Amino acid sequence: MTLCFLVGLAWALVFSPADYQQGDTVRIMYVHVPAAWMALFVYLNLALAGASLLIWRHPLAGVAAEACAPIGACFTFLALATGSLWGKPMWGTWWVWDARLTSVLILFFLYLGYMALTNAFEDQERGRRAGAVLALVGVINLPIIKFSVDWWNTLHQPASISRIGTPAIHSSMLWPLLIMALAFTFFFIVVLIQRMRGELVAARLRALGRLSVEGR
Amino acid sequence: MAEFFAMGGYAGYVWGSYLLTAIILLALFTVSQRNLRRRQRELEALRALAPHRRERRRVEKEERA
Repeated sequence: MTLCFLVGLAWALVFSPADYQQGDTVRIMYVHVPAAWMALFVYLNLALAGASLLIWRHPLAGVAAEACAPIGACFTFLALATGSLWGKPMWGTWWVWDARLTSVLILFFLYLGYMALTNAFEDQERGRRAGAVLALVGVINLPIIKFSVDWWNTLHQPASISRIGTPAIHSSMLWPLLIMALAFTFFFIVVLIQRMRGELVAARLRALGRLSVEGR
Repeated sequence: MAEFFAMGGYAGYVWGSYLLTAIILLALFTVSQRNLRRRQRELEALRALAPHRRERRRVEKEERA
């Protein structure tokens, strides 16, 4: 993870060329785009974990879903904030209510709503199940975000990486972008495992506490 | 060097986004790590107070040996 970040950062900040139209602001892309990808990817994980919690009732799925939410919220916030910092010099505005930006803002609120709902129940298991339902309903937002740039006329540019055929971006910019995306993915996995382990230890603590209260 | 830091006149925007990203990701990592460590310490303390039956048996066996 650290190696990926170091290589990615060096490439993004020093070795990759400035854009002929956007100048050096194009370097914001190397944090903005991976953050936005991760915002969607983490939500997909959250929804899948929620689905397996509802279908197979596996307790670990609830732990995973709950661990995903704050990470995803952070990535979504970063996508919005860095997008804003990119939008100001390039579009001349911090924010517009267009389809892409608004749908990502809704994604951010979905994360916050999931966390609030999951924590609102006395019974942790019920909270996680209610959160999972919300997460699954919110999945409808993912294709809306993905295709918002094609369906509506927006200020945001359309996809340039996942186009059929060759990406519309030169390899001198594509490579650092992909390495940064890899670094972000590793970061997600590391923090996810960290948070899940923390939750499992907490569950054991609760069980021990209950045991000692009941006199073993 | 100064040219590098100026980022073609967009220093605030470019460095601002990298700084913000670094702060948020580091904070998330630190909070998660600290939570895990704190709980692990609590668990260790509880275990020391009332060792698990399996562990108690192991300790007894070791003492006998």
